[in-house]
Amino acid sequence: MQARHKSMKAFGENLADANEQLKIINNSNGFPHFDEKFEIVGEGPLRAGKVEILQVNVGKMCNQVCKHCHVDAGPDRKEIMTKETMQYCLDVLANNDIPTVDLTGGAPEMNPNFKWFVDKIKKLNKHVIVRSNLTILETNGYADYAEFMANHKVEIVSSLPYYKKSFTDRQRGDGVFDKSIAVIKRLNELGYGKEETGLIFNLVYNPVGAFLPPSQEELERDYKRELRDNFGIVFNNLYTITNMPISRYLDYLLQSGNYESYMQKLVDAFNPAAAIGVMCKFTLSVGWNGRLFDCDFNQMLELGLIDDAPKHIKDYNASLIEGRRIVTGQHCYGCTAGSGSSCGGATT
Amino acid sequence: MDTYYDPKDLKKFADISEGAPELWKKFNEWYGAVFKAGALSEREKSLIALAVAHAIQCPYCIDAYTQASLEKGADLEQMTEAVHVASAIRGGASLVHGVQMKNVNEKLTM
Ligand code: SF4
Ligand code: SF4
Repeated sequence: MQARHKSMKAFGENLADANEQLKIINNSNGFPHFDEKFEIVGEGPLRAGKVEILQVNVGKMCNQVCKHCHVDAGPDRKEIMTKETMQYCLDVLANNDIPTVDLTGGAPEMNPNFKWFVDKIKKLNKHVIVRSNLTILETNGYADYAEFMANHKVEIVSSLPYYKKSFTDRQRGDGVFDKSIAVIKRLNELGYGKEETGLIFNLVYNPVGAFLPPSQEELERDYKRELRDNFGIVFNNLYTITNMPISRYLDYLLQSGNYESYMQKLVDAFNPAAAIGVMCKFTLSVGWNGRLFDCDFNQMLELGLIDDAPKHIKDYNASLIEGRRIVTGQHCYGCTAGSGSSCGGATT
Repeated sequence: MDTYYDPKDLKKFADISEGAPELWKKFNEWYGAVFKAGALSEREKSLIALAVAHAIQCPYCIDAYTQASLEKGADLEQMTEAVHVASAIRGGASLVHGVQMKNVNEKLTM
């Protein structure tokens, strides 16, 4: 599969449309509906609990165009959260006991109000996680962002799909591995990834192809050993994340003829223990335009919150949000396969 | 039967239990235990399995253990080295039997 330089949307590809994606994933022949399978867990239908993490997608613009991106992000994407919408988020955070804010994108740093937003959230005494793609921290105009995040005690979570160059560059673009390593060295110098500093730096593995991730614990040992021995770098935890059959990864599955067998793999690997820990139970996702979703994946599929739950962050109402039924689809099998998968890695 | 090997047949592996369910159960338990992480990691065990699969040239096992190796965190480089190990042993094993040829040659020729 060729490297991408623009999003699917920029090329007007069919799959850039959420409805086209839904048509494919929800018409999978023969697989039981996710809700049926979830019954095995014995908790009734999937419902949300208290919101512990507000995951805010501050925009789809990104300096990278990774082949598997579930956001279809890229330099051409113009959807960026406004300061006004950020203020709605801050109001909700000020008035509710939501301890953690998880900033994602695109490259969240590319939102022009990123620093302002982080600063305001920290003033509310919330823990802030930034999903940084690393290379942005080396890009012109962003040179001081790493220091800014260190000064604000921001936790950084970054993708490094493998501890070697080949797999990483194949998924994320030529040169990404070397740049990422250089940035990680700088983050380490700032104290990131070192127990004693409290500056948390976690890495994310996701499979470079149509297969499921390895055991998180075992792979973390390999990553730690290889990255320390070969590059002298350290990090806190490795999260293994399963690729969801949506957006550009769905495109890859279809183009490579792996779609059916990958879905079969996800369904066969359904694990009730992993299903108990799905992240939508404790995470609420906010889109660039303020719309609310059960998770970042539902956001990309434009599946908003269920009927009577509020639709926009400015209408946030804890009593209507907590306990709501989660909007599910066949893509949910991506969260429950094997050891499970979430923005915090395996769920078991 | 059009061909001796059909990828779909791999899914029928468990049907082997029909003739001897107890033995299948024992095989399964043992097999499962063998591949659990121990002194060797799951990735290392998958790579050994992949190498053996090439040595015995079993297409089912090559398919299954290429997938398993990827899912245990190996990459193409590691898998290729594993296949070279199997090939080197196969090649070397043939070559080392050359000493028998030499023994016989020595005995029979002047
Ligand atoms: S996966 Fe992350 S870094 Fe890659 S294109 Fe998508 S948002 Fe950007
Ligand atoms: S895809 Fe979203 S809604 Fe479905 S189980 Fe995963 S987190 Fe929950």
